[in-house]
Amino acid sequence: MAFSVANVRQDFPIFERTIRDGKKLVYLDSGATSQKPLSVIEAESNFYKFHNAAVHRGAHQLAEEATDAYEGARLKVAKFLGADEEQIVFTKGATESLNLIAYAMGNAEPGTRFALTSKDKIVVTEMEHHANLIPWQQLAARTGAQLSWFEVTPDGRLDLSNINAVITENTKVVALTHQSNVLGTIIPLKAIVARAHAVGAVVVLDACQSAPHMPIDVKELGVDFLVFSGHKALGSTGVGVLWSSELDDLPPFLYGGSMIETVTMTAATWAPAPRKFEAGVPNMAQAVGLGAAIDYLTAHGMSNVHDHEMALTKYLIEKLLQVPDLKIVGPTDLDSRGGTVSFTVGEIHPHDLGQYVDSQGVAVRTGHHCAWPLTRKLGVPATTRASIYLYNDESDCDALFDAILGAQKYFA
Amino acid sequence: MELDSLYQEVILDHYKHPLNKGLSETYGAQVHHVNPSCGDEVTLNVTAEGGVINSITWDGVGCSISQASVSIASDLLVNKSFAEADAILDEFTELMHSKGTKQGNPDVLDDAVALAGVSKFPARIKCALLGWMAFKDAAVRIKTTTGGE
Repeated sequence: MAFSVANVRQDFPIFERTIRDGKKLVYLDSGATSQKPLSVIEAESNFYKFHNAAVHRGAHQLAEEATDAYEGARLKVAKFLGADEEQIVFTKGATESLNLIAYAMGNAEPGTRFALTSKDKIVVTEMEHHANLIPWQQLAARTGAQLSWFEVTPDGRLDLSNINAVITENTKVVALTHQSNVLGTIIPLKAIVARAHAVGAVVVLDACQSAPHMPIDVKELGVDFLVFSGHKALGSTGVGVLWSSELDDLPPFLYGGSMIETVTMTAATWAPAPRKFEAGVPNMAQAVGLGAAIDYLTAHGMSNVHDHEMALTKYLIEKLLQVPDLKIVGPTDLDSRGGTVSFTVGEIHPHDLGQYVDSQGVAVRTGHHCAWPLTRKLGVPATTRASIYLYNDESDCDALFDAILGAQKYFA
Repeated sequence: MELDSLYQEVILDHYKHPLNKGLSETYGAQVHHVNPSCGDEVTLNVTAEGGVINSITWDGVGCSISQASVSIASDLLVNKSFAEADAILDEFTELMHSKGTKQGNPDVLDDAVALAGVSKFPARIKCALLGWMAFKDAAVRIKTTTGGE
């Protein structure tokens, strides 16, 4: 570990406060949203204080500074992903990024590359977050394309045994999560990308749970589209990223100012990507905040962040497995998994468990985690989920452990 | 501890030993309500005769608050006229939105006053209301199909 968690925590103002009558904040819900370092809060606030103007418009100094800050953030995101600047689109969030791709494909002229018909297939997986399932369900419904999916095995892995039957010659799109937001499972991407590309399909990767936690290089991953959200990566809310090497062939989704080349009363042509996908004045301060978040992560080193989280995940899983009646929902081995751990505790309903551990200052997520088909498949209507980040340490896992034991006594 | 105001003994009793759980074979109306943010579910069978509710049975999955609350409602609202049930429901809804400022009238709400503490936990109010909103829906359906008879 190349950084000190104690030092990291000092960068996050929220850890100065206490929870439920003076208890230490034990924040284990970074899978839902991460906390923000002061540098991100200040970057966003300083944009408003000193540089605020509409980007890409106006000839004044503020407009120049705002544009520089906004485009500077784009460059940071590009470097973070090993990508080119013009391949980075800022959206309002990962959900919008995924909807953008699905709607844009729905806008494709018949016969063009991304146009779907009833002969085509869209492939997803059973472990998708609703945000990477419903846009594809709806695109299938609008175009008549068939939606099919990879199933999940009882131990929470993706079942690729029938990969050639799931991804067929008719498959146009394979949309899947890089790391399950419920199970922590990292999917076997290489095999899927190879099969998808062999049949001419594009791969859309939901990297919301992976990009904030591990080094990402889009060229190495080999996917065609990748999305992640700013707020899960220490950044501001209201900003998400869409990366693609295929933006030139994709028609726009939202129309309006900024995204055009020429406009007449009856027609318009589009600006080149990424502008083509950024209609209207964007969430500038938030993009700048995300840029600061990426600076923060890069300064600590994504490999270091990942190493720290893997060591802590090992500790967390070992600790949780010592709790009587606790079952981990998802892989218990550290191979191809991240720091998101879901579990059930005997007959205690996750809401009740979550409420109790909250009374001890421990913040976890409970419910179906926006992946209802997955929890249904695994036969658990709801789970409790602990998810870690660079500011967590073993004491947080210990606090969760103690709180769960407390809940077992309380609800006995 | 603040938590004890949420998890009253009465609530945990209803959770562990729910009343009227197990769906009746016949019913005047059957409704299925879910809490989409957490996945809690309840199916409610309501039967009425002569404008009086004479049976409420249910099945469901969910947290102690949602399950205890539907158990309490199924006991409290039976043998009441629709008008009486509506009045109880209104009082309960008001209690849930009271942010901890109301105790609830035990003469009207009986065991349901034990849920008063829920109003201090905004995320749990919809858990407590799940069964009651299902009942409201079922009552409307019966009244529409039978005119309340």
